This record gives sequence, structure tokens and C-alpha cells, in this order.
Amino acid sequence: MSGRAHIVGDHIDTDVIIPAGRLNDPRPEVLARYCMENLDPKWVEGVSQGDVIVAGLNFGCGSSREHAPISIKACGISAVIARNFARIFFRNAINIGLPIFECPEAVDATEDGDVVSFDMGAGTITNETKGLTFQAEPFPEFMLGIMEAGGLVEYTKHKLTNAS
Amino acid sequence: MARPMTITEKILARHAGATEVKPGQFVNVRPDVVMANDITAPLAIDAFLASGASRVFDPARVALVPSHWAPPKDILSAELVHKMRTFARDQGIEGFYEMGRGGIEHVILPEEGVVVPGDVVLGADSHTCTYGGVGCFSTGVGSTDLGCALATGETWLRVPESIRFEFNGSLGRYVSGKDLILFAIGQIGCDGARYQAMEFVGETLESLPMYQRLTMCNMAIEAGGKSGIVPPDAVTRAYEDGRARREPVYLESDGDSEYTARYTWDVSGLEPQVACPFLPSNTKPISEAKGLEMDQVFIGSCTNGRLEDLEAAAEVLRGRRVHDRIRCIVLPGSDRVWRAAEKAGLVAIFVEAGCSVGPSSCGPCLGGHLGVLSAGERCAATSNRNFRGRMGHRDAETYLVNPHIAAATAVAGHLCSPDDLD
Repeated sequence: MSGRAHIVGDHIDTDVIIPAGRLNDPRPEVLARYCMENLDPKWVEGVSQGDVIVAGLNFGCGSSREHAPISIKACGISAVIARNFARIFFRNAINIGLPIFECPEAVDATEDGDVVSFDMGAGTITNETKGLTFQAEPFPEFMLGIMEAGGLVEYTKHKLTNAS
Repeated sequence: MARPMTITEKILARHAGATEVKPGQFVNVRPDVVMANDITAPLAIDAFLASGASRVFDPARVALVPSHWAPPKDILSAELVHKMRTFARDQGIEGFYEMGRGGIEHVILPEEGVVVPGDVVLGADSHTCTYGGVGCFSTGVGSTDLGCALATGETWLRVPESIRFEFNGSLGRYVSGKDLILFAIGQIGCDGARYQAMEFVGETLESLPMYQRLTMCNMAIEAGGKSGIVPPDAVTRAYEDGRARREPVYLESDGDSEYTARYTWDVSGLEPQVACPFLPSNTKPISEAKGLEMDQVFIGSCTNGRLEDLEAAAEVLRGRRVHDRIRCIVLPGSDRVWRAAEKAGLVAIFVEAGCSVGPSSCGPCLGGHLGVLSAGERCAATSNRNFRGRMGHRDAETYLVNPHIAAATAVAGHLCSPDDLD
């Protein structure tokens, strides 16, 4: 998976990612149209399938709205790489299957428009433009289990099936 | 000898069936209450059904609150609320709080004694941290987490590190818990407590009434906190007496517990605080923000929509008029608060002053409805977020203040303290 980097700053909050006025129609294809609307109303027009967001500190702070990672994923973004994430966004991204990486080194080395690829299993990020590879913060084993199951819903489904 | 634990660690250990837990450890817990609102519940219901579940783990421990779109503002939001109330009916969930008998979840659940000291509460709303005011662990999650918790009755949590915030000194006349939490967020930044539990203690807290403790814990998320908590004391016990629907469990932190940081502040001379756009951490004392003209004042929300908050606003608005330029919107935080405000004559004070008093709803706080801002408009709000576009257009501005400051600003037309009036 690879795509061009879209650089955003620190503390990108969920009202910036998807404003509440857009939450009355939670279909992914609708949320996709308004992703990052409060950062730049035309932001999504510059996104091609597979692109990545490269962010600073505390990405996804604010509301618990899962519509935020859903809109990011649905508009074509394949992963978010950040210095770190706000905790509810972190959980939501894993639960809905949006790949996320905590990797300050990759953030430092990446410029807007660089081609970036990643390997979810290995936890590596490669800046193809600059020829640099970075190791992201590893996920706890327990969380990999959720991701390997295909997200929390599938994970729960297994659990319920095994229990009955 | 057991490891000394914070109150947060003790609560999580009890719910994980363990004698002790440590920060960083992942635990499975069984929450006492699982809550969602009309924005998050519809997606949670989808996740619940997709997991293969057909019945919620325990309808008596589920709360569903239509608060954000209350009353439904258009057909799309009406359909979301419809989906939620149909689910509540089908599942036999009595904790569905219809308009007129409900309000904002974070006002209702402590008020009705649904969440009690010692609980673990999981809510699909980031301000679920509010309930820590009564001495429980409560945290926000997204819809998929909540839907799966509805199916299984459990969830995973990472035991958070704790930060200890000690406030000493007595508060000035128009200074409240809102100002303490805004000050703390201004000091540590909007990610200063990321992933951690914020424990609020000190002599100032000892005399702080419950509604202000709820306000403080409400905004723990604005510092990135996983939870906020005020360890129970005499104020907590008096609040819970005759209110708690289950037996409270009163716990406290061990004296030699580990904290990642300890802050001690003397807040005797603290001024009312203003959080300027576009982060709750962008705080100033009112004396430095005074004079900035506003277009709207919003009094209400899960942060400051309780009866005593309305009393504070009414104290300033009594016998005064809202400035010609200002649209002043008052939304009591719950229907119980609404009725009490009416009975106490507060609604009459607001209406005579030229405020519009509306239904219990989250509406304007999230820019949903009932008071959305246009480009260029400024609002002084008693709510909790001032992110870009939060209350409407991306070029609108929100200034977060306490109810006294909001009311004084409504009268003067610009940010100021009640001391600056007349």
C-alpha cells in the first residue's frame, strides 16, 4: 500500500476531521465528502485512493465520534501516521480497520506530497521519495489479535460463537 | 504487602476480578453502566447486530439518551433517533430518556443516581468522563467499542497512569470548578493528560459542591485525559444519600500511590478563566480577555447546565437586560433541571432579561442546531470545546467561560465579569 503524504499539524480534532453538522447522515460515502472540512473545505479534492495523512501530536482529539476515522478511511486515505494519537481515536481506528502508526521519526522526515508506503504486519513505514524506512511503535499483542480478526466486531463475533 | 493503588486502579481491579492492577496493563472489565447517545448509538447498534448478538447483555445496565439531536432537527437525524428508540423498546431498555423526561446524558445519569461511586462506566461520548465527579471510573469510547460491550457486557481497558492535581486556597466570588479545570488545562496543555487519569484533590476540592466537581471531570478529556475523578468524601456521601440506585462503593487512593506527575496550585487569587479559540488550553484570566465583543451567549451543556449553574447566571441577569447585540440562549441540562429552574423563578428571570430559554439539548455546543454560528460570529459559551468549526462555521469563534461570566457578557455585549457591570 502506498500513496502521497498529506501533512497536517498538531491537535487535529474530530470537529476539524468531520463537523457535527455532517453527522446526521453517517453513511461512509457521505462522510467521505466532508473529511477535514474545517481544515480546508476542499481538502478531500486533493486526496487520491491510497494516500496517507502525516500528522503531529494528539491526532483525533475531542469527540468520540467514530465518524471521524470512517470519513478518513472512506475518502481514500489508507493510513494515518502521527507523532501520537488521542486515545478514543486510536481505539476507533483499530476497531474499524483504519491502519495507524505512531512514529515521530517518519513524521519528521516526511514532506507534503512524498510517496509513503507501509507494512501493517511489520509496523514499518517507508518514505519512497527519500528512500528511508522507519519502525513504528509496536502494537500490544492483545491489539494485534483484534486487528488480525479483522476489527473488533469480528473479534467479538468469534468470542460470542465460542461462548455458545 | 499489596502495591499501593490509586482510586482509579482500585476501581479497575475490582471490575477486572483482580486484587491489583498496574498502569499499562490491559484488563477486561465488566462495566456497571453502558451508555450511548443519538449520534453514537445508531452506529453502535450496527456493530452490535454485526457481531451476531441479538439481546443486550443486561437491559437494566444500558442507558440510551437522545440528547444531541434533541429535538430531531431534520429527517436524517429523526431517523437516527428513531433507530435508537426502536432498539431501546425492542431490547426492553428502560433507561431510554425521552425528551421531557430526559436531557443531556451527563447531567441525567449522576442526577438520577444511575452512576454511583465505585462504578466503571463506559459511554459512547467523550464527555463520559463527567461521572468521575461522584468518584467512579468513567470513560468515553466509540460506537464499535460500545456496540460490542452491549453484546458481551465487557470491554478491554488499558489501566491508565494517574496525575494528581492538588488545589489549595479558597475561590473568589465568581470563580468555580469551571475555572479550576480551564486553568489546569491551560497549564498542562490539551494533551497534557493524554491516556491518563486526572485525580483532583486538595482543600479547595473539599468544599467544592458536586455540580462543580462534575464540571471539572467533564473537561478531563480536553486535556486528553482518559478519565477524571474526585475521590469520594462527605460531599459525595451527602449527594448520593437518597439518590444512588445501587449501593455506592467508596474508595480512596493509598497515600503512597504512584503518580506520573503531581501539580499543586494555590488558587486563592485565581480569576475566572476564558479559553480562547481554537483550543480549550488557550486560556487567559478574564481581565486579559475583557472587552471582546460577542454575538451569542450560550448557557447550558453537560459542562454547566445544572441547576446551580443556572442560579449563577440568573444571579447576574436578575433585573438586567441582555445587550441588544446578543442572542442569549439558555438550555437547562435536563428536564429535571428545567422544572426546578422554573419552580425557582429562574426561567422568568431569563425570559424577562431577554434570553431565549429552550429545551434540554446538546444542540449549540456541537454546532448541531438551536444556535449555530455564522462566519465571523463570536460566542461566549459555558460548554467545553472551542475547536475550529465546533459551534458552526469554521470562521466562527467560541470562548469558554463559567456561567457568571457568560451572563455578565450577555448583559455587557462583550466579555466581562459581573464586577464590571453597572
